[in-house]
Amino acid sequence: MAEVLVVVEATREFGVKKVTLELLTLARELGTPSAVVLGGPGAAASLAERLGEYGAQKIYAAESEEIDGYLVAPKATVLAELVKRVQPAMVLLASSQEGKEIAGRLAVKLDNGILTDVTGLDPDGTATQVVFAGGTIVKSKVTRGLPLATLRPNSLTPAPAPATPAVEQLDVQVADADKLTRVVERVAEQKGARPELTEASVVVSGGRGVGSADNFGLVEELADLLGGAVGASRAATDSGFYPHQFQVGQTGKTVSPQLYIALGISGAIQHRAGMQTSKTIVAVNKDAEAPIFELVDFGVVGDLFKVVPQAAEEIRKRK
Amino acid sequence: MNIVVLVKQVPDSGAERNLRSDDNTVDRASADNVINEMDEYAIEEALRIKETHGGEVTILTMGPERATESIRKALSMGPDKAVHVLDDALHGSCAVATSKVLAAALRTLEADLVLCGALSTDGGVQVMPHMLAERLGIAALTGARKLMVDGSALTVERQTEEGYEVVTATTPAVVSVWDTINEPRYPSFRGIMAAKKKPVQTLSLADLGVPPAEVGFDGATSAVLEHSKRPPRSAGQKITDEGSGGVALVEFLSSEKFV
Ligand SMILES: Cc1cc2nc3c(=O)[nH]c(=O)nc-3n(C[C@H](O)[C@H](O)[C@H](O)COP(=O)(O)OP(=O)(O)OC[C@H]3O[C@@H](n4cnc5c(N)ncnc54)[C@H](O)[C@@H]3O)c2cc1C
Ligand SMILES: Nc1ncnc2c1ncn2[C@@H]1O[C@H](COP(=O)(O)O)[C@@H](O)[C@H]1O
Repeated sequence: MAEVLVVVEATREFGVKKVTLELLTLARELGTPSAVVLGGPGAAASLAERLGEYGAQKIYAAESEEIDGYLVAPKATVLAELVKRVQPAMVLLASSQEGKEIAGRLAVKLDNGILTDVTGLDPDGTATQVVFAGGTIVKSKVTRGLPLATLRPNSLTPAPAPATPAVEQLDVQVADADKLTRVVERVAEQKGARPELTEASVVVSGGRGVGSADNFGLVEELADLLGGAVGASRAATDSGFYPHQFQVGQTGKTVSPQLYIALGISGAIQHRAGMQTSKTIVAVNKDAEAPIFELVDFGVVGDLFKVVPQAAEEIRKRK
Repeated sequence: MNIVVLVKQVPDSGAERNLRSDDNTVDRASADNVINEMDEYAIEEALRIKETHGGEVTILTMGPERATESIRKALSMGPDKAVHVLDDALHGSCAVATSKVLAAALRTLEADLVLCGALSTDGGVQVMPHMLAERLGIAALTGARKLMVDGSALTVERQTEEGYEVVTATTPAVVSVWDTINEPRYPSFRGIMAAKKKPVQTLSLADLGVPPAEVGFDGATSAVLEHSKRPPRSAGQKITDEGSGGVALVEFLSSEKFV
């Protein structure tokens, strides 16, 4: 079967990201998955086992200080060279900022079409995309070059299919033209044991109704009891209740968890854009007319300062 | 510093948005069109840089005739002039083709700094800055929440999934900005009046030397095959808290196996 390249994303803390496991699972339906690791020296070794577990038949490892030290351009160059050489059937990346940026550069280098934020991909290259705040479903296709797509996290459930991948080390030649944007500092911000927002299977978000940064402790408490991540509406991040990186919505993160709980969030269309495809949606809002209730599987009209502590207490009781 | 700000006109994300049933492109004729929100932050950042370092701010838009509304609106915030790439052959262009046209226009403008939004709310591809940098052979610094300019040295702080990072480059460069970078100003009455007289140059594909066959539907590298409205979610259960709402909530979570 034809080779499908999957560009790997990993974090220092958690290793291979869940979206990469989703990509490998998807790639198995489409052909033979090969994982491409683009990182600093030694990057592939620590990830190989996990990539094999999800069916990577081969690992291409491009490891160099220069890949790590500059913004995406070197990665795109290495990937373009690999694509030209092995002529894969498809190239798949994560719909993260970096995944999209690499894909964008690759599209220009190869004069190839690009589809971002796909939620599904058929063997004939037909992709499904959800656009306009989740309101419209689109079927689309790359019409020049090979299918090049970025997958939105939580589009499918990763399933293991153990393989023992051979590792092929790639020769990394980074030209000066790819060394224009230097990464001088990477700061990991403390976020404790909570899962990454876009990958979490439970997300508990707070909005303006939470009222203050201190009160967000209530949102965090419920998230922790459910093993979830914390999100926020834009009104909450703009008011400084919670850091911007946790904003859910059109100009924030898109999440698609099994369970989304909205606390004190009205449900504006730009917020829905980021959470509308969640499997189960729950809301607590004191305004019975709040638009968020149009989306919910279960809604409580009430004061979150009464409902949430009671719910937290009840969960603790049942544990 | 010669700054060019990329401004895209998009259908208002707060209103009903549709794809056209005839050719699957964004329905721009029936929509309320506005400046892509993130681009207002790019304009604001450009004006602030001009205020401290001097120079000129030019708006660059590729879009249909009615994009002139957004161009005037952008100019009313304070930029000096605008360039509008307008050509009927552009209808149906994909991101790859759009980047080709914008890059051709940028070459004629000789910008030191190209500022744009980190993403647009209609296509939302989030790829334009890197595509442009790739074509122009200049640096791209994306998703800036802070931009510092010191002569030709640029330093950007950008949010990452794990925290943030600091990246540097020298001009010429493309910088895309996030909506955390500043607070865009509202156009003043004087600004609105002045915008009416500011020069807006219209460029065609011929002016840019881009063959029409490389853009629009003919040159598209991807195609929308079909589209449909997502079925609305079926209404769920809504209860009013009368003292045991929290317990009822947990009952529900438990019935769905989340607790
Ligand atoms: C271009 C653009 C992009 C945007 N992008 C985003 C985005 O990415 N994400 C996003 O979230 N928004 C985004 N917005 C903003 C969006 O339009 C809304 O303004 C925002 O989502 C509102 O946040 P909120 O629901 O927290 O606040 P509000 O709309 O003020 O709602 C607060 C809710 O809390 C309820 N409440 C108050 N007190 C209590 C209490 N004690 N108990 C229970 N309920 C209570 C109220 O009834 C109300 O419904 C964007 C807007 C624009 C124009
Ligand atoms: N047709 C266009 N005209 C001008 N600027 C554009 C156009 N398309 C995209 N841009 C710029 O590129 C940014 C990112 O767009 P996108 O890649 O479509 O998400 C936008 O915020 C704009 O600043």
